[in-house]
Amino acid sequence: MKPKYLAIPYIVWMGIFVAAPVLIVVFYAFTTADGGLTLSNISEMGRFLPIFVRSFELAFVSTIICIVIGYPVAYILSREGARVQRLIIMLIMLPMWMNFLLRTYAWMSILENTGLLNSLLTALGLPALQIINTPSAVVIGMVYNFLPFMILPIYSVIVKIDKSLYEAAQDLGADTVSVFRKVVFPISLPGVLSGVMMVFVPAVSTFVISQLLGGGMVMMLGDLIDMQFLGSAYNPRLGSAIALVMMIIVILFMYVMNRFGEGEEKAVGL
Amino acid sequence: MKKNVSLLVAVCVLISLFAAACSPSPDGKGQVNVYNWGEYIDKEVLSIFEEETGIKINYFEYDSNESLYSLLMLGSADIDVIIPSDYMVARLIDEDMLEPLDFSNIPNFSLIDSRYKGLEYDSNDAYSVAYMAGTVGLIYNSAMIDDEITSWGALFDEQYSGQILMFDNPRDAFGIALKYLGYSQNTENEDEIYEAYDLLLTQKPILQAYVMDQIFDKLESGEAAIGPYYAGDYLFMAESNEDLVFVRPEEGSNFFVDAMCIPKGAKNKTNAEIFIDFMCRTDIALMNMEEIYYASANYEAAEEFSAQLDDGEYEIMFASEAVLADCDVFIHLPANILELYNRLWTDVKK
Repeated sequence: MKPKYLAIPYIVWMGIFVAAPVLIVVFYAFTTADGGLTLSNISEMGRFLPIFVRSFELAFVSTIICIVIGYPVAYILSREGARVQRLIIMLIMLPMWMNFLLRTYAWMSILENTGLLNSLLTALGLPALQIINTPSAVVIGMVYNFLPFMILPIYSVIVKIDKSLYEAAQDLGADTVSVFRKVVFPISLPGVLSGVMMVFVPAVSTFVISQLLGGGMVMMLGDLIDMQFLGSAYNPRLGSAIALVMMIIVILFMYVMNRFGEGEEKAVGL
Repeated sequence: MKKNVSLLVAVCVLISLFAAACSPSPDGKGQVNVYNWGEYIDKEVLSIFEEETGIKINYFEYDSNESLYSLLMLGSADIDVIIPSDYMVARLIDEDMLEPLDFSNIPNFSLIDSRYKGLEYDSNDAYSVAYMAGTVGLIYNSAMIDDEITSWGALFDEQYSGQILMFDNPRDAFGIALKYLGYSQNTENEDEIYEAYDLLLTQKPILQAYVMDQIFDKLESGEAAIGPYYAGDYLFMAESNEDLVFVRPEEGSNFFVDAMCIPKGAKNKTNAEIFIDFMCRTDIALMNMEEIYYASANYEAAEEFSAQLDDGEYEIMFASEAVLADCDVFIHLPANILELYNRLWTDVKK
């Protein structure tokens, strides 16, 4: 029998710090300052459409880049010896031991017009790049900060694949490409899905990265929400409404992704 | 067993939280929770205060009047002393969020220059004691810009495209646009505000970035050539880049006073008044001025400090009457205008 009571502290924690705040956000989103019900906060969303579109677009692009970079890293890593794996995993985690703000500030000095990258390009006689204060800089910052969250879940799924599956596939005549395409890739999809979740969700709601690397010119949903609570406009009810709409879109997105994922899992008979 | 351990940990955390919140200082003089702008004090004075009075200071920082206002509204923090700017003092008074001060605890109020008394935001001097003051101006890098700049127009000039920085807060940003158009920074005329909005919209494509304190790095390193900021901070920046020049544009500018107040319901009101009195002392005001280069409201300190400045520096720190005549002091605007500002500012930035 599973000792269910061990979960009690966690359930209490979730209740206080997850469920209650969400309920407060919902309450704020639908009420006015004097306590009446209203839809006016929600109906203002149209004004912020460009910010919604930009946030989801940049988060999507960042997630795709993370998969493109992270998947091969995770795959190659899983084929290495145990010592190399431990070392590389540590190197992937290493930047996370530094403060997040500090890392983003560092990117600012790399990408600036007079920054490291452009000094290097100019010294090599190449034309300088205008990256800082553009959406590209924000994407670079997000990919850099969130990439470990893509690599690690994919790696942990691939590394657990039973080696005999590879052998069986090869015995049945599959070449390396087919083994990857028909065996490894389908089995690794749940890892990709959790990677997508761990990258996409924080990317949609990011705010410090866009402020520092986007120079305040690339406003994202996180900035907009921050502005309603601690920024230049004090309007927690509107802020809650924006947060709520964002959450709903993200949940819908995740639901669709998971349906897609379940199908894949059935297809490979897991 | 595991559950008991977690429970124990949770209980310990809760107890230590409450204990921290309620614990009196060892010698029984209590404490005071001070909220100030970042980089706006010589932190040495905090330990002097603790040594002299035996009152423990819990010191916190905020980065804008609006975020301070949010902190007060959220009501989650114990706050005894705050140092908002003029218009925010007025708003807090208007919304009944400040305690009237007991000036018998603040004898050093007599050291405050009369030009910082009876100002529009608190005309009876009932709720606030001025701390520091200054003006907003244009800071530019003379190695990157050959022309002599005299007007806010430089911030809207396409020839400096990609090198211009702008304030990342609505009141200062609209204030500059309004001033450039020849309107009051406190206008309640919606057409004028919309005109300023259009100007800010056309400015966005030629901007390098919207910044607050990031301006220090960007101007000092030559990443950007021009931007508006506070006079005291210019003197700080000029220490590391001597090509930087400060001008107060001919259209006039903004004059601000930051004043010490006590929020309604403060738990340590007397200690807060003792702290405010301490900050008004000449030696303390001098230490603070030497650290941050803003003009202290204490006239003895201001006079003593100005002796060590050359004329140019003096004029930047202490604006003359003639300059002040062209400057607006922000006042508290009615709710519908504030709402308009917030909406238009979001529209500029999106």
